[in-house]
Amino acid sequence: MWLSSDDLQAIWLTLRLAGIVTAILFVVGTPVAWWLAQTSSRWKGPISAVVALPLVLPPSVLGFYLLLAMGPSGPVGQFTQALGIGLLPFTFWGLVIASVFYSFPFMVQPVQNAFETIGTRPLEVAATLRASPLDTFFTVVLPLAAPGFLTAGILTFAHTVGEFGVVLMIGGNIPDLTRVVSVQIYDHVEAMEYADAHRLSAVMVAFSFAVLLALYVWQHRGRKET
Amino acid sequence: MDTIAARFQLNWPGFQLDVDLNLPGRGVTALFGHSGSGKTTLLRCIAGLEHAPRGFLSFKGEIWQDATTWVPTYRRPLGYVFQEASLFPHLTVLGNLRYGLKRIAAAERRSLEQAVELLGIGHLLARKPERLSGGERQRVGIARALAVNPRILLMDEPLAALDLKRKQEILPYLERLHDLLEIPVLYVSHAPDEVARLADHLVVMDGGLVQASGALMETLARLDVPIRLGEDAGVVLDATVAERDAQWQLARVDFAGGSLWSRDRGLALGQHVRVRVLARDVSLATKHQENTSILNLLSGKVDAIADDEHPGLALVRVQIGEAVLLARVTKRSAAALGIALGQQIWVQVKSVALME
Repeated sequence: MWLSSDDLQAIWLTLRLAGIVTAILFVVGTPVAWWLAQTSSRWKGPISAVVALPLVLPPSVLGFYLLLAMGPSGPVGQFTQALGIGLLPFTFWGLVIASVFYSFPFMVQPVQNAFETIGTRPLEVAATLRASPLDTFFTVVLPLAAPGFLTAGILTFAHTVGEFGVVLMIGGNIPDLTRVVSVQIYDHVEAMEYADAHRLSAVMVAFSFAVLLALYVWQHRGRKET
Repeated sequence: MDTIAARFQLNWPGFQLDVDLNLPGRGVTALFGHSGSGKTTLLRCIAGLEHAPRGFLSFKGEIWQDATTWVPTYRRPLGYVFQEASLFPHLTVLGNLRYGLKRIAAAERRSLEQAVELLGIGHLLARKPERLSGGERQRVGIARALAVNPRILLMDEPLAALDLKRKQEILPYLERLHDLLEIPVLYVSHAPDEVARLADHLVVMDGGLVQASGALMETLARLDVPIRLGEDAGVVLDATVAERDAQWQLARVDFAGGSLWSRDRGLALGQHVRVRVLARDVSLATKHQENTSILNLLSGKVDAIADDEHPGLALVRVQIGEAVLLARVTKRSAAALGIALGQQIWVQVKSVALME
């Protein structure tokens, strides 16, 4: 076998993580993006800044605070303990939650841009055609914003696949639970298994390149059509 | 209870709107004014697309807005045509037409056929909006607004974004609407020819205020607040094509006070037309003129005299039968002729514009 079973396990775990995080962010990020695109509230600036924070913060900083929050004496930790779930750090779902925060701007910003590009006119037209705001959102806004959603989904997925610092802080390095590809590569390097590290790294490079290529080719084609 | 009562006040930076209107519940009402006069904002307030606090709107006795009521746009039984057709780009023409149709009560649904036929878009149904010309798009936009079987049609400068040729393409459809629709139409426009052709009722706006509101023909003939459609004072008459002179290529149209000759544009006998007569094309004489190139000589009675914009000019209103014409004359001529109220006078009309 070209890749070891540990490597395959890490790849499968990574894809699962990225898939779940992307799915969650479609649901959670869309309302936030909608609010940001529509509001003229003075909270728009601060909220936009908070959404964008993961873009500039070192992942270790984000991971550190999330670790504190989800830890035994943190608010989230106490809440999850009270619910009987136990503590989230060093579990797969802890990793999912951390990744949702980490990838938040990658979902929200492209979707928000797509919403803003649509403008208010189609919403007004729909209102004059008897569509309630919710109806309008699903029958006009979502179809018109579909390209933005595709971009956001691809970016979110790819970004989650590529994370490392947050995983290390929150997830540690537990096989089949939190050991994602980036951590597995780190392990290989630590253990001086450079050939293994090479193979897995090459897979990551190929994957990332393919994703970005697909995105740009598709965006380019979309521009030519309009 | 058959009218539309609208009271709105808005105070935005650099823009104000202050209107208190009672509009007829049938026919075409033109909201006429320059850009920035508030006519579009007024229309948007009526549609509920703009929310004027402390506004009031009742539509034929139904309250759409008052201190405690706010009916959102999507619950108002209206059709709205935007300046740019604003078709949904992700739907075909048929999809656009059906969008509103699907959302009204089944009992109110009428077949799309009538709207499709009225606007001549049957051959376009399968197309995407991006593959339509500007004129076709706007026709679809109008049909889409009619498809919801509205109780009032609001049109925001539906022709303004189109070039002259496209305008000419759509105007006949609008005239058919005018003749066939039983619902009131509010038509925002800054184009005098559209208003003269389509409107029954005229609301003139300026700086967010209503300058005049009344029946088109009476309002245009007012001298106390001279209302101009565009550059020139003038009146619009209802008339019928009564005779066509093949030898001289002329057509005679009869109106409630007499008849006028005009170039024959191929209109059928008996066809109903509107005639626009500008004050600058009308001159006055105290005696019947024998040797003149002017074909249209009418006799009437001076009904009102007012200053025109230039201090050297006066506007004279002459009652001819049941109709009135406005004449622009110099004050010097008026003095020389001794024009006075109640005087019998000859009216010479040099040029008239026939509108189907």
